[in-house]
Amino acid sequence: MPRISMLDTGETYQCRDGETVLAGMERLGRAGIPVGCRGGGCGVCKIRVISGEYDGRKMSRACITREEEEAGLVLACRVVPRFDLQVEIVGGMRKCIMKHAPHHDQ
Amino acid sequence: MALTGVLRPGHIVLRVLDLDEAVRHYTQVIGLFETGRDDEGRVFLKAWDENDHHSVVLREAEQAGMDYFGWKVDSEQTLDDLAVKLEASGLVSDTRWAPEGEQLLTGRRFQFTIPTGHRMEIYATKKTLGCMTGYDNPDPWPDGLRGMAPSRFDHALLYGRDIDANLTLFRDVLGFNLTEQVVGPDRKFLIGVFLTCSNKAHDIAFIRSDEDNRLHHASFILGGWHEVLHAADIISKRDVSLDIGPTRHGITRGETIYFFDPSGNRNEVFSGGYIWYPDRPVITWHDTEIGRAIFYHDRKLNEAFLNVTT
Repeated sequence: MPRISMLDTGETYQCRDGETVLAGMERLGRAGIPVGCRGGGCGVCKIRVISGEYDGRKMSRACITREEEEAGLVLACRVVPRFDLQVEIVGGMRKCIMKHAPHHDQ
Repeated sequence: MALTGVLRPGHIVLRVLDLDEAVRHYTQVIGLFETGRDDEGRVFLKAWDENDHHSVVLREAEQAGMDYFGWKVDSEQTLDDLAVKLEASGLVSDTRWAPEGEQLLTGRRFQFTIPTGHRMEIYATKKTLGCMTGYDNPDPWPDGLRGMAPSRFDHALLYGRDIDANLTLFRDVLGFNLTEQVVGPDRKFLIGVFLTCSNKAHDIAFIRSDEDNRLHHASFILGGWHEVLHAADIISKRDVSLDIGPTRHGITRGETIYFFDPSGNRNEVFSGGYIWYPDRPVITWHDTEIGRAIFYHDRKLNEAFLNVTT
């Protein structure tokens, strides 16, 4: 079973065969990679794969550009590790609700 | 007839990353019924109690989110009148008449972009298939339901910047009414607006966000709390990505559960709420009580619920 090492936190965990990087983390109750839609659409679980091989499924182009994908940036909910992976957390829960006055009111 | 002009939400067109996977979700998990496909490969679906040919359209694309939202109006004359009013309002852009048949079994449509960047349209005519119980001495529900089995597509919540202009557009041009609002400190500005074109607690809602043209969720209505709990069982049974719930909203009083389709578009199934009449005062939620406004039981904010959109 492939092992995931998160460089940011130093945590490691094992994914089951065929399980995504994000699903493995969630199943074990681990934290680190932000969890959003789990479907490749919202982009909050963006990671950079530093080393290791994986199979990726289609990700929303609004979240991962072609250039980013070529540079090893992926959504953790859409990648299944083939072997051990070293990853770095890139995404985050960007606060998008505006709880301050819009500019034209200021 | 007291309910005129814009009658109701007519259809929502969603982008999905994998069409087959999405069709399985919307038909087997949610329990809509496929009613057709067009030359572009788009899939058309309806809920069991809906009369018209479709209320949800799925299109395979490179990114998730909403293509557009359609409103059914009461006549072809109203369609023409509202198109003129929309053009004259100065609040919409990129207006266009789509000819009859450009959308499967649907009449001509007037399309426009609203101030928050979302694409919308109005139309008066769509082929009817009838609800699955028929209209003569009908049973209360049909055989052959599956999944959560909502009776209709109900509303959407959208995120964008200038929700003040959206409010003006929907209230003053399209004839909607404000049912509830979320206000910032000292009521100085709006954080959220809930609008109805009928007598529901909401037919559309907008939340002020720093990015335009975002979909928060597409919502389907169920028959009661028990059906919401049953939907929660289906979500676990079928390993669907859960967002939050079952819980209740302070806003609109809805009993609810949120989850994601396989492309990350958020869905809601809900029940309850209240009947809105035009003499009902606007409900106001203050930012200091926003926790209970959104999730009445937890009474606290959930980062993923607030900030994950497509």
